[in-house]
Amino acid sequence: MTAVSLREASADRAGNARRRKVANLAACGACALAVVVALIPLVAVLGYTVARGVAKFTGQFFTTTMRGVGPLDATGGILHAIIGTLEQVGLATLISVPLGLMVAVYLVEYGRSGRFAQLVRFFVDVLTGIPSIVAGLFVFTFWVLGLHQGFSGFGAALALSVLMLPVVARASEEMLKLVSQDLREASYALGVARWRTIVSIVIPTASAGLTTAVMLAVARVTGETAPLLLTAFGFDSINANPFHGQQSALPLFVFSQAQSPFKIDVDRAWGAALALIVIVVLLTVVARVVTRRSRVSVT
Amino acid sequence: MMNFVPSRRAGRGDRRFAALALGAGVLVFVIVVAIAVFLAIHGASAFRSQGVHFFSNKGWNPDQPKPRFGIEALIFGTVASSIVALVIATPIAIGSALFLTELAPAWLGRIGGYLLDMLAAVPSVVYGLWAVFVLIPKMIPVQKGLNTALGWTLIFHNRTGGYGRTMFVAGVVLAIMILPIIAAIARELFRQVPNAHREAAMALGATRWETIRLAVLPFSRSGIVGASMLGLGRALGETIAVALVLSATFTVNPHITEPGGNTIAANIATQFGEALTMGRSALVASGLVLFALTLVVNLAARAVVYRSVRAVEARP
Repeated sequence: MTAVSLREASADRAGNARRRKVANLAACGACALAVVVALIPLVAVLGYTVARGVAKFTGQFFTTTMRGVGPLDATGGILHAIIGTLEQVGLATLISVPLGLMVAVYLVEYGRSGRFAQLVRFFVDVLTGIPSIVAGLFVFTFWVLGLHQGFSGFGAALALSVLMLPVVARASEEMLKLVSQDLREASYALGVARWRTIVSIVIPTASAGLTTAVMLAVARVTGETAPLLLTAFGFDSINANPFHGQQSALPLFVFSQAQSPFKIDVDRAWGAALALIVIVVLLTVVARVVTRRSRVSVT
Repeated sequence: MMNFVPSRRAGRGDRRFAALALGAGVLVFVIVVAIAVFLAIHGASAFRSQGVHFFSNKGWNPDQPKPRFGIEALIFGTVASSIVALVIATPIAIGSALFLTELAPAWLGRIGGYLLDMLAAVPSVVYGLWAVFVLIPKMIPVQKGLNTALGWTLIFHNRTGGYGRTMFVAGVVLAIMILPIIAAIARELFRQVPNAHREAAMALGATRWETIRLAVLPFSRSGIVGASMLGLGRALGETIAVALVLSATFTVNPHITEPGGNTIAANIATQFGEALTMGRSALVASGLVLFALTLVVNLAARAVVYRSVRAVEARP
């Protein structure tokens, strides 16, 4: 194929040149068009969500819950959902970040290219590809049914941790690998123990990159809905205790309100969707800014 | 990687820390195994209740006195919507990746890359909400056009005249969601093409497009196949957007511009709230099938595109 194409490319007869020029323009134009087509949904989704959601951005919307809100009341708010999301995502971060970081430490500092490390890498990849609803089903069968814990915000946090763990581990692995070997050796030469070297030299050196990785992982799971359906289940009032009883969350709130046939419910869904997007986009943008600085400081 | 490691006389702290790190690695392995085991345990009664018909029944009535349910229609819907998504997303993702890495100036490529990544940051429930209220009405004329122009193919033929909550629209939403994944991997692949290849093509007088066709695409062909398959894996398991778009019917309908259909993941999300004991077991059992399906697709994808994919997923 290549040989034929090469002959084609070099066969530069008069009529051919024109045809090639046209083909070039058409193909490059098609690629440019693909970018435009790809970005239309981004602009459309963000624009439409802002347009529909901004009317709901009132103090009342952020300070009330859905408790006692009748089917025809346009009032009601998302305070309970915000509390749920903060607790669930916060707990998930507390669980998955140390674990993910330790997995990365194992892969970079201890296992390296050994057989077991390769196996762990393989399972991290398997975990990365697990659909979020399957993570939810797992926590439902293991925690809610198996250990008789019932629906709770902590169950949701466990499901989100399953999704975050491989992301944090993979990204941290890349970040730790960037830390120069000389730094480690300098530390060993001073007689510093290996674990002290990892904790006080390697990890702090990679901290900017690690922060970025964690923030992107947090942004990703904040918008997850499917696992929460099976673990936190949803609730209409504030349940500040993540370890006991059903809890709401912003994505769950959007999902339940979006299924309603009434416009007042759908309006609330748009308001909550905008709140969710603001959180996720802020996390993503800040994470990118941190990375740009980290490129300078690591290596 | 050879380097100096003072491990001979490791102190107690060192040994504990190493054990901790190893423990974290083992935990990853344990979680994956536990997922399969727990889904199998809790799905067992559903498998036992229906036997092989679990795979061939179409309806979903697990909580009746005489339960009858199966995932044939769900598997069809899962695969059909994902294939629609793949067919739409792959060319657009590759075209935009080519533009951003090969054709656009560096600054434009960087901004475009950020924006494409933002597409992946939008939560799926927001895509679902947007699809229900914006995309579905917008897609009605498109699907009517497809029916008129390509109705002779079984796929786009519409016998009902209704074009609302269709498999095609579900596929379009999934396409939007997997596009940034495929595009990100493709950009990474194109960046790995040695410049010497491009220069060789250009030295022969190749135009920009011919350079892409001669040097860039052949070098990254297998990677692109892998990238699309990873996108497919994501589409198979995507839940909430599909659950919002489709109004569930348990039929195998190859006419994708007709309303109805359902997927495994969407069915779990919509049925879970009302499901009783057998219903929950049935949903868990269907989840196990989904787990196996995505596992096979993802592993096959990784076998094709191992290196570049790992590089992309770790990119902060």
